[in-house]
Amino acid sequence: MKKQIFILTVLFFSAIFINSCDKTNSKKNSGIYQCPMQCEGEKTYNKTINCPICKMELKQIDSNSKKIIDDNLISSASIFNLTSKWKTQNNETIELKDLKGDVLVMVMIYTSCKAACPRLVADMRNIFNKVGNSSVKYIFVSIDPETDTPKKLKEFAIMNQMDNKQWVFLQGNIDDVREFSNVLSVKYKQISPIDFSHSNIISVFNKDGVLIHQQEGLGLNNDNTVFQINNLIK
Amino acid sequence: MNLKQKKIIGGNFVPLYGSNSTGVSVDDFLLDIHPITNQQYLHFVKKNPKWRRSQVLNLFADENYLYNWESDTVLGLEVSPNSAVTSVSWYAAKKYCDCQDSRLPTMDEWEYVAMASETNPNAQRDSLFNLMIIESYELPKTYKNEIGSTYKNYWGIFDMHGLVWEWTSDFNSVLISGESRQDVDVERNLFCGSASINATNLMDYAAFMRFAFRGSVKANYSIRTLGFRCSKDINQ
Repeated sequence: MKKQIFILTVLFFSAIFINSCDKTNSKKNSGIYQCPMQCEGEKTYNKTINCPICKMELKQIDSNSKKIIDDNLISSASIFNLTSKWKTQNNETIELKDLKGDVLVMVMIYTSCKAACPRLVADMRNIFNKVGNSSVKYIFVSIDPETDTPKKLKEFAIMNQMDNKQWVFLQGNIDDVREFSNVLSVKYKQISPIDFSHSNIISVFNKDGVLIHQQEGLGLNNDNTVFQINNLIK
Repeated sequence: MNLKQKKIIGGNFVPLYGSNSTGVSVDDFLLDIHPITNQQYLHFVKKNPKWRRSQVLNLFADENYLYNWESDTVLGLEVSPNSAVTSVSWYAAKKYCDCQDSRLPTMDEWEYVAMASETNPNAQRDSLFNLMIIESYELPKTYKNEIGSTYKNYWGIFDMHGLVWEWTSDFNSVLISGESRQDVDVERNLFCGSASINATNLMDYAAFMRFAFRGSVKANYSIRTLGFRCSKDINQ
């Protein structure tokens, strides 16, 4: 029985890295070890050696308590865990984790929208103007990917003078857009061939892709949002 | 065709919150006869360790995910293998169906099947049927009952009402606010185009409850009374 538990534990670790459904690739992995005295803080090893400082034997640590194992892994709450692929206004294919490293300010719109979206775009520009820092990316995700092709998005970017590296416009497939809307807690519904209802939420993510702040509504005072972004840049 | 699924013949109907007054049309599709059970979901997490309780990403499920199970891969005595799996997030439900080469039904598809009584594909105006649904909502802890313990509807589908709530792929297209205390009316500044959302059948109290429920949940929520079943397109 104990042996079985051990094998299961090993399987846990190896399978963390596997994305697809049934491919139980038997990747070799022996678990995670840490000094029981934590001489080196949270530092972990993947083999049983003695602690280089106090020379005590390292103890295997519980996988449950360690969702972030090292810097290369992504926080459990990060949007960089999503594997969906997106097209930018420059027709480049990216994953969300390609945006890693900058503070991200995100909103969902569709370019043919005449009601709230122009105001959302204006809200984004106001935030951009107040923040005035280049390590922030402002991202528009289209909820109408069938209409909003990269070409359409490019035109929209040029028209709104948002055609530079800080502004990113994304087209995804319908399924991935729906998934992403859930990440942002944005609700939307197509109400006619050309129109959508949608919630007006601007979301701020830290450099690790973890949601930090949301501003809900239109034309609000954005001081708090700007404050949060400035905090995250530091 | 998967034996656990039945073919639903599509058609037109007017859901509570239709896109317009003429209603919506649903294509032919396949739907699971029963909600997914704890046993089936256990099999899934055994094959997909990333979806075990201790491994699931915070992004994809809140802390209540499968909390009633004894452990990652043991249901425990309190949980019947033949009850519908609940306390699963939308992401988890979506992934499960992906892995069965299926998908979650859309809200329109789900409502289309749910309006069928035992004998009538459209029992929206059947007061006894509606009463049965309302009464089933009042029963406590129905999520503990086994699948197949309610009624079989016109399409041969079980448990559309009276067992658990069910996730749909586009549940977040319900644009009524989740917090009724917060927004008495639909808040126009929060939703672009909100004025266009109007209920079509004000008599359907049960549907109101379902739409209000959908409007109030988020995709990472894991709720004791919320399960799911899968559906599939029919390939010509």
